[in-house]
Amino acid sequence: MARHTAALIAVALATGWLAGCGRAASSAEVRFWAFGREGEVVRALLPEFERRHPGVTVTVQQVPWTAAHEKLLTAFVGRATPDVAQLGNTWIPEFVALGALAPLDGRLAGSAAVTRDDYFDGSWSTNLVDGRTWGVPWYVDTRLLFYRTDLVARSGAPWPPRTWRDWREAMRRVKATAGPERFAILLPVDEWDKPVILGLQAGAELLVDNGRRGGFRDPRFRRALSFYVDLFASGLAPPLTDTGVANLYQQFAEGYFAMLVTGPWNLGEFRRRLPASMQDRWATVPLPAPDETAGYPGASIAGGSSLVVFREAAGNDAAWQLVEFLSEPAQQVRFHALSGNLPARRSAWADTGLDRDPRSAAFGEQLLAARPLPKVPEWEQIATRVAERAEEVVRRQRTIEEALEALDAEVDRILAKRRFLLDRAAASEGR
Amino acid sequence: MSTAARPGPGSRQEARTAWLLLAPALTAITVFFAVPVAGGLALSFTDFDLYAVADPRNARFVGTANYTDLTRDPLFWRALRNTLLVVLVGGPLTIALALGGALLVSAPLTRLRGLWRTLFFAPVVTTLVAVAVVWRYLYHPRFGLFNQALALVGLPPIDWLGDPRFAMLAIVLLAAWRSFGYGLVILVAGLQAIPATLYEAAALDGASAWQQFRRITLPMLRPPLLFVAIITTVGYFQVFAEPYVMTRGGPANATLTIALLMYQQGFRWWNMGRASAVAFVLFGLILAVSALQTWIERRRAA
Repeated sequence: MARHTAALIAVALATGWLAGCGRAASSAEVRFWAFGREGEVVRALLPEFERRHPGVTVTVQQVPWTAAHEKLLTAFVGRATPDVAQLGNTWIPEFVALGALAPLDGRLAGSAAVTRDDYFDGSWSTNLVDGRTWGVPWYVDTRLLFYRTDLVARSGAPWPPRTWRDWREAMRRVKATAGPERFAILLPVDEWDKPVILGLQAGAELLVDNGRRGGFRDPRFRRALSFYVDLFASGLAPPLTDTGVANLYQQFAEGYFAMLVTGPWNLGEFRRRLPASMQDRWATVPLPAPDETAGYPGASIAGGSSLVVFREAAGNDAAWQLVEFLSEPAQQVRFHALSGNLPARRSAWADTGLDRDPRSAAFGEQLLAARPLPKVPEWEQIATRVAERAEEVVRRQRTIEEALEALDAEVDRILAKRRFLLDRAAASEGR
Repeated sequence: MSTAARPGPGSRQEARTAWLLLAPALTAITVFFAVPVAGGLALSFTDFDLYAVADPRNARFVGTANYTDLTRDPLFWRALRNTLLVVLVGGPLTIALALGGALLVSAPLTRLRGLWRTLFFAPVVTTLVAVAVVWRYLYHPRFGLFNQALALVGLPPIDWLGDPRFAMLAIVLLAAWRSFGYGLVILVAGLQAIPATLYEAAALDGASAWQQFRRITLPMLRPPLLFVAIITTVGYFQVFAEPYVMTRGGPANATLTIALLMYQQGFRWWNMGRASAVAFVLFGLILAVSALQTWIERRRAA
């Protein structure tokens, strides 16, 4: 009995001592939030980091993507933000507006590990807001054309298309050989990214006057929207919504449509979900440009996630060390192997073999032409309005003119608060 | 007997006890209802948004601007129109289904009443997400049961959830199927409360089944019918979950309801001021319509 008591006391003392250690080292604890699958696989990289930085512990919190945005905002309101987090790069302007992030320019200037030149231009610049750098790209994504090689070959269309004219002609031929119940391309009418990508390709600025107002009545955006809408009017694309497509992969395999504009996650999904007989009948190719003068390939969206440091952790060296560590080409290669995400560092592309597989190499080429979306916190809200107005034109409920006028009016209303704040800031600076 | 009603020396003591007993409930109502409602009302007169989350000084008192802006937002009118469609089509449909089902279940000839009642009530207690998955299959444009039925009678297929002309109807059908069982159970209880002697007397006087229904069943069923009508109407004004899981308000906002608009404004875009204004408009609408229903019923009863 006495021996048991002694053992218990020993255990209690040891526990107390360990807990004490934990507290002592807590200054070098890094709380890291990562989302979805990324949050799951990133843990495998961290023992190496902790080995190299004795005394630093990284606590990973995995948050589901669907809850991520709300959880980060709640954490900000409750002053419980993590030290480092992954952030979808369209969210960066919003968290900058909140004042939640630490600018990284000082850190970057002295960093040997993170070198600006090794990143894709478009994806790097998504992290620049108001002249400062707020994040480091972790992995990248963009949209390009997936297609059925056999259906395109059977149509006899010249391939790959380098201009909108080539592209349209190819779609016309595919549709002609496919028959009445089949289509050349699938463009779900409730998605904003396709009209916006075409707009970026045509050189439209989308928002004007430093994001104070909508610029959709610009002739360049009008040109893009006419091209888009005409694909439905000529029967090349079915006017289906995203939910109207019951099983994308099955319908692609059936030849219901021959082309699809989508992102890198579908590289893995197509391999997994298409039947074996389909595996040598699909490929990817960068998006065409509006015309010969625009330069091939045409622009696309610079998407992906960045690593950010929250403001409370601005002075936390370990937090920045974690960002540097995850940005190392070797870790990017390992992260790609675990998650399938495309590495943000171009030097990692050779080591992963991504630049030798034609399907992913097309993404590498497309990423060179990727451009950031307008960097205002209201962008996602604006994007839904773009999709709504574009859908109305596709369904012939409005003309292009009416839709663009309505869109600019709505966007101006959404941006009213931003205009007020920018003008107030400008006025107080002028004083 | 009269001492309790008249204020007397003991009544102060009683009042204190009454307040003490009421206190827990009152506290809960104040903390969880009155204070948030007052806060929401105050919020609806500000432009509290994401920028105000960053710095409260960025919030402005804007008076009734949120309300007037709503009247200028096509999205709000769209949502109002969609919601009224649900109420005006879904409401009568649900009540008719509930009444028809209740009469069927209570009919003297019906066998296995318990089974029918359970079958009709089952959708009410089934998880909506599971229901939505099944109904999405039923509505599938190429393989769905509804379109196969249409094909049998030679009608062209309908893209139920993808076509803006039919999406709200599809949601209404689902909502009516899902909720009529609740009204049914209440009406069955109401039917049981009607004395059988009334029907016997009417039958002796030679009243037909239809006359018995018009002259006995309907008037006797009026209070539970009013209750079902109000509950159904209030429920349909707040319809949220069905469009949220089936269509997210699409296609082209054809299924955007007021409750869904409120959710989007508040928790998707963090326009808390605007979202609060939507909430109070919805509250006003429901209050007005419920008052109207009660008033009509009182007048008819008088």
